[in-house]
Amino acid sequence: MLFTILIGLITSCLLIPLGKYFRSPVSVALALLPVILFGYFVYHIPQVSSGETLYESTKWVPSLGINFDFRLDGLSLLFSLLITGIGSLIFVYASSYLKGHPYLDRFYGYLCLFMSAMLGVVLSDNILLLFIFWELTSISSFFLIGFNNDSAVSRKSALTALSMTGLGGFLLLAGMVLIGEMAGTYSIGELINASGVITEHPLYPLVLGLVLMGAFTKSAQFPFHFWLPGAMKAPTPVSAYLHSATMVKAGIFLMARFTPILGGTPLWSYTLLIVGGVTMLYAAVHSLFRTDLKGVLAYSTIAVLGVLTFLIGLGTEEAFIAAGTFIIAHALYKASLFLVTGVIDYQTGTRDITRLGGLRKVLFPVFVAGTLAALSSAGLPFSFGFIGKDLIYEATLTAGDPLRILLTVVAVIANICLVAAGFMAGIKPFAGALPTQFADVKMPSALVWIPPLILGLSGFALGCFPDLAGQYIVAPTVSALTVEPVEFTLKIWHGFNTVLLLSGITIIAGTVVYLFNKPAVSKIAFVERFNSYTPHYFFQKSWITFRRFSVWYTGFMHNGFLRSYLIKIIIFAEILLIYELVKGGPIYIDYGKLIPVSVHEGINVLILLGAIYLTVTTTSRLTAVVGTSIIGYAICLMFVFYSAPDLAITQFTIDTLTVVLFVFVLFNLPSFLVVAHGNRSIVIRDALVAGLFGILLSLTAIKVLQVPTVKDISEFYGKFAYSLAKGKNVVNIVLVDFRGFDTMFEIVVLSISAIGVYSLIKLRLKTSEKD
Amino acid sequence: MELLLVFLIGALYASGVYLILRRSMVRLLLGIILLGNGTNILIFLLGTITKGKPPVMAANLEVFEDIYADPIPQALILTAIVISFGLTSFAIVLLKRVYALLGTDDLDTLNTPQEEDI
Repeated sequence: MLFTILIGLITSCLLIPLGKYFRSPVSVALALLPVILFGYFVYHIPQVSSGETLYESTKWVPSLGINFDFRLDGLSLLFSLLITGIGSLIFVYASSYLKGHPYLDRFYGYLCLFMSAMLGVVLSDNILLLFIFWELTSISSFFLIGFNNDSAVSRKSALTALSMTGLGGFLLLAGMVLIGEMAGTYSIGELINASGVITEHPLYPLVLGLVLMGAFTKSAQFPFHFWLPGAMKAPTPVSAYLHSATMVKAGIFLMARFTPILGGTPLWSYTLLIVGGVTMLYAAVHSLFRTDLKGVLAYSTIAVLGVLTFLIGLGTEEAFIAAGTFIIAHALYKASLFLVTGVIDYQTGTRDITRLGGLRKVLFPVFVAGTLAALSSAGLPFSFGFIGKDLIYEATLTAGDPLRILLTVVAVIANICLVAAGFMAGIKPFAGALPTQFADVKMPSALVWIPPLILGLSGFALGCFPDLAGQYIVAPTVSALTVEPVEFTLKIWHGFNTVLLLSGITIIAGTVVYLFNKPAVSKIAFVERFNSYTPHYFFQKSWITFRRFSVWYTGFMHNGFLRSYLIKIIIFAEILLIYELVKGGPIYIDYGKLIPVSVHEGINVLILLGAIYLTVTTTSRLTAVVGTSIIGYAICLMFVFYSAPDLAITQFTIDTLTVVLFVFVLFNLPSFLVVAHGNRSIVIRDALVAGLFGILLSLTAIKVLQVPTVKDISEFYGKFAYSLAKGKNVVNIVLVDFRGFDTMFEIVVLSISAIGVYSLIKLRLKTSEKD
Repeated sequence: MELLLVFLIGALYASGVYLILRRSMVRLLLGIILLGNGTNILIFLLGTITKGKPPVMAANLEVFEDIYADPIPQALILTAIVISFGLTSFAIVLLKRVYALLGTDDLDTLNTPQEEDI
């Protein structure tokens, strides 16, 4: 299974050097890749449908519990078939649709990347691995939406989509890490067994929230749905593939995958039922107000995603069967409708429903494909959509929930709108009289009308033999969700019952809505009046606010002035020190332990303080340097008093050298800058900050005196200085023997510094570089 | 005596911080030197302060018989002094170079804050 993912990634990488050969019609050859993969998954159907789950594992980061663990069960198989099957048709379609596009190779690169990532999501048996692929799908979707990178709207939509799905992905990762911490494993197979541990954990609601946020943003559930209509800026094959048939269903896949792990609780069910229900009603009604074909399809896709969420929320076996069936049905008819839309757009140059009509006369095969898809979407008998819709009603009617009547009503209303939307997209452009401007529209290449036709026909083929899909694909899918084998037969004819009645009502009412709902610009204007109440508006506002905050914050923290950075760092350090000092208990001084002060020591300290004062206040640079050197010599004297002869020698030498260097190098510099003293309030502020820092450090030093010194190491050195290192000056022995390597590296540092000094002095710049 | 040292540490740190907050590069460098000195004394205080007993053995002895000053802080400070000289010397030469190129000691004329409209 690893190879199915790798092959796409490798192809994608190979397109970087070899892309130029694929900008021509040869690019259709790339469709071989998904076709082969499709064959591979078809080959595994018998195995999986007999109840087997295939596993494959390759070590990657075993220490973190992340391995290339893959599983192929019913659920993975269903999605893999969709990804590769529809992928094949999209690859073929795109080669003609984007013929001659200068970035065609790039397009295929993103598409291969996406396909691999998507296969990775559905095949992963490790939730962290799943997450990685999940993010890859978001990223490839970003590139595909922004494919027309010269259009500002395109770029903006791509960013919106990425920020929404990226936000969801981020929360999802948090949720997955929490799950891993609770159950002690990241393997999906083991998590299913540990389901009880997770659902009874006190943090379960949090985990559920995080994971569902990931799923909802990806699957465009209300209130995160708005990125999907924006994503329709992508080339049509992308809309068909990513934003209808596969990627947006990744969220649905995730919920299905986690059903045996997190599902089964009231919290889970009601969240999904409410979110799914609201989404499907909201989007289904909205789809009727669109005049852009792709807009209609986008909203009806969101509605369908809502239906699927809703079904998973119901959680009964019937609901899972309905969901599995409906996923296939929807993928077939919606991808087909998108592709038809693409052809219309390409040939006529418009997607405006109010202007299109009568195209059956010039685009007959496309008309057939569109009609087949629209009928399947409407759920007419002998279409696979019919089976799907029936199963949905059956699921809502048989739900054990006391609210099942309400659920059914919601489902019926949403479906009525979907029927109308399907007709609008699949039939409206072809019906009626042909406007004269479209009279000379030509038939496109067979490569673009065959794929939607295949999709439309397979919808009807499965509609006539529903059990083919039912037994081989849907049944294993459902058993992956319920974790036990299931038996059922999908039939076309159930006899006269409530379900059939509801189906009939849906189709008739949908047709009526279609006939009486004339899409018009005025209606869009009507809907737009409510724009300031939509989630999209709210997110845009918070986006702008956040950006303003970021700009302000960056300006405040990162303003380019060194002293401004320093003062913030110092104030922060002061806060930390105050916290530690307050927390550390009382500060006291043990006067008994102190050493008495002799006169010469006192005088030395006075000199020191005087020198410090001089250094800080003087306006002459030379005086300041002299002040610093006095400080150095005074400290040197202090080392003499307190038994540190080596330090005294070093300090003396270094201090002398520093002063010499200073005077030697800086004597011809201008006098001190006076500006710094110009603003009194700044001086006072800095003095306060500096004074506080000094006081805090003094307090810290007193704390240090409170703590008894541990002398083990010193005693070790003292004891063995002679016996081990044959030396009598312990400090020297420590430096050159016990810690000899440290000293060696110190010498290295000094050498580097010396090289720097030397080269800076010797460096002669050309006059031109002096500017 | 320790209290005087404690006070001294405070004074060195305060003046060091005050100096590094100035606009002048030379002051910045002097501030860093003062901070370094303050830190050295702080480390020195970490060991017990001992008068007149350097950690050096008498010529006829092979182990200490009397108490002696703590050698570890001394070793640390010695390293610190030398390293800070490396830093200081490089910085001084760099200052000279900056002045030669730009003719200024003012930090504010070195930076070019980007005022983009974001």
